[in-house]
Amino acid sequence: MACTVRFLLVLLALISATPLHAVQVDEILPDPVLEARARAISHDLRCMVCQNQSIDDSEAPLARDLRLLVRERLKAGDSDTEVVDFMVARYGEFVLLKPRVSWHTAILWGAPLAILIAGLFAIGFSVLRRSSGSPLPEVAKLSEGERLKLDAIEQSQQGL
Amino acid sequence: MIAELGHYALVLALALALIQSISPVLGAHKGDVALMKLADSTALAQFGFVALSFAALTACYVMSDFSVANVFENSHTQMPLIYKFTSVWGNHEGSMLLWVLILSLFGALVAAFGANLPATLKANVLAVQSWIAAAFYLFILFTSNPFRRLAEVPVEGRDLNPILQDFGLAVHPPMLYLGYVGFSIAFSFAVAALIEGRIDAAWARWVRPWTLLAWMCLTVGIAMGSYWAYYELGWGGWWFWDPVENASLMPWLAGTALLHSAVVMEKRNALKVWTILLAILTFSLSLIGTFLVRSGVLTSVHTFSNDPARGLFILIILMVFIGGSLALFAWRAPLLKQGGLFAPISRESALVFNNLFLATACATVFVGTLYPLVLEALTGDKISVGAPFFNLTFGPLFVPLLIAVPFGQLLAWKRGDLYGVAQRLLAACAVAMVGLAATFAFEGTQAVFAPFGIGLALFVMAGAVTDITERTDLRSLSLATIGRRAAGMPRSAWGTAVAHFALGITLLGIVCASTWGSERIVALKPSQTVSISGYDLSFDGMVRRDGSNYRETAAHFTVRKAGSVIGVMEPSKRTFPSRDGMSTTEAALLTRGVSQLYLSLGDNNADGSIAVRLYHKPLVLLIWLGALVMALGGALSLSDRRLRIGAPKPAARILAQPAE
Repeated sequence: MACTVRFLLVLLALISATPLHAVQVDEILPDPVLEARARAISHDLRCMVCQNQSIDDSEAPLARDLRLLVRERLKAGDSDTEVVDFMVARYGEFVLLKPRVSWHTAILWGAPLAILIAGLFAIGFSVLRRSSGSPLPEVAKLSEGERLKLDAIEQSQQGL
Repeated sequence: MIAELGHYALVLALALALIQSISPVLGAHKGDVALMKLADSTALAQFGFVALSFAALTACYVMSDFSVANVFENSHTQMPLIYKFTSVWGNHEGSMLLWVLILSLFGALVAAFGANLPATLKANVLAVQSWIAAAFYLFILFTSNPFRRLAEVPVEGRDLNPILQDFGLAVHPPMLYLGYVGFSIAFSFAVAALIEGRIDAAWARWVRPWTLLAWMCLTVGIAMGSYWAYYELGWGGWWFWDPVENASLMPWLAGTALLHSAVVMEKRNALKVWTILLAILTFSLSLIGTFLVRSGVLTSVHTFSNDPARGLFILIILMVFIGGSLALFAWRAPLLKQGGLFAPISRESALVFNNLFLATACATVFVGTLYPLVLEALTGDKISVGAPFFNLTFGPLFVPLLIAVPFGQLLAWKRGDLYGVAQRLLAACAVAMVGLAATFAFEGTQAVFAPFGIGLALFVMAGAVTDITERTDLRSLSLATIGRRAAGMPRSAWGTAVAHFALGITLLGIVCASTWGSERIVALKPSQTVSISGYDLSFDGMVRRDGSNYRETAAHFTVRKAGSVIGVMEPSKRTFPSRDGMSTTEAALLTRGVSQLYLSLGDNNADGSIAVRLYHKPLVLLIWLGALVMALGGALSLSDRRLRIGAPKPAARILAQPAE
């Protein structure tokens, strides 16, 4: 037990000397595990006043407030999902860069697979339709003139 | 006076475009050669007048004529000359003028170099080009006139948005537009073919060089934009799945599919209807891209225009052209005869596979980009669709595509031998496995996807090399044979191999930079040191200096590796007094091989320290290098004599071309 405490103290000293992985220096959480979780959560949360930026990337003051909020909730002992739920309850689903699967995002999440399958069906259908029809169109035989021409071309090819 | 000249030239171009919209179609319908030929002259003259108009606007910028509203809003007397040129397209009005300049350029190129096209096809193509041109001239003249004068002439301009004052921006929009607009040619050919109700392999041969050219420019344009965002926006990412980025990625995906399906059509006379549809869709996506960026539907650094009237106008253009062409397609496509049968295992099928996945990837980006807009319009619910969604959906679609690349390259036309190809790819497979195992041994279970990513990248690259070694008969060990076969190999085969190899390069860069990149965010006082991935950076102090139209505070860092100095880095912050003290962060980059150190400044703290953000990005340059090599592959393919536009070919030589 005492050993663990000493280890943590050393770790803490190390971290405060060379802060690791924080968005702004003063935002760092002393616990690297908690901080890593905060970064991961921040990556998927949108800075609402920015264009398509996560709060982890954004320099906007609002993003900083949200980052601090995420860290506060983590310090209070929330799990990752609880933090995200808290943010959604407060700011709406708009805050999620990865929308949740629900009835109003069903088309969004289903689209890639549905389109792929539809494409496969379309290809299968066109193959079937073609093979059921006449396999090859009637090919007209070469006329005498064309045959002579072809022979000439073949001969000139051999010369190359 | 110059501004009025430019304005007038644009009106004349519109008049010519209106003539060209009608006369060639009538000519083609009646078989009147004179009416059809008229389009050649009008296309060339149109380009002349738009070029004149563009030159006039450029002159206004270079002379800092602030009586022109557009110049006043986007320029400054103290701005460096290069940016006076690039500001011409660094704003909404000017960039639309660049758009029509490139459009008319392509029209003129078809008129000048399309001598080998059937007269009616050429006439119809030029007419369709002119419909697009006329719509955009009207758009510029009615809603976005760059030549509008101000009643009172200001003494000084408002300067260009500082983040746009950058060399990357000088190149990015013109390349992107060359790509977007270049696809208009494929579109015009498709619509012309539908009007005539006739299409054959020769059609694909005429369309392919234009598509290739547009695709190359778009590839370079996207890569430039991505690199610009990487170093200018200051947070070290290179792709953000921003709607504006997606707007350029969608035509690229569709265009890539089009390139591949056009090969099938040219070689085997198959996939005709699909190729026509792809040509229409590719340009439609370019138009949608323009709409998304220009209308103000999305707000970001790219969106200079926020006027609903403009949005409505572009939306109408969009509906007329996309709706019109798709309706024409639905009506006329059944007339087109299908030809060229092929077995399920064949080069053709591999290319169908390619098209299926590229089209699905493109549709995924489309749905993801527009879904929030549509959902909000329909239900009022606001959701965000960001990078995590795209990574999760787009990524898995590209994996099977990349695995298939080497197979597709080696499969024979008509009927292929999958087992045989797999055997020929054994060496490539071995390379991939070694890479995978080495990464796994090195990294353990830390990074789950990295070993597979590296393996896949190596497989694609080794597959491309296999194609070349087989074609050049490298195992014959006779230098003469190898040399002869390498020289005799069609350039398009080289192009394919090079472009596919480049895919592997880019993937390698993506995997390495995102897996092994490291980041430090620290506050430093002068003489303190920060270390990352074996590099030590010591902060020497701040330097203040004045640029032509900005003030700059730079932090001076000395970079050492194992004790010896390898360079200096000076990230800075610039303030632009002309833009009410707006400031930008200029990141400093130190390139080592293809890896980079990336240093960017944060805030100054009360205790005299500065916050810095430091990244080590291993092999990151491969991402853009791959894109450039991909474009090079396109250029090689374009130089293939088979595609050289207008080059007279003796009949025997045409037949002597290997069927690849």
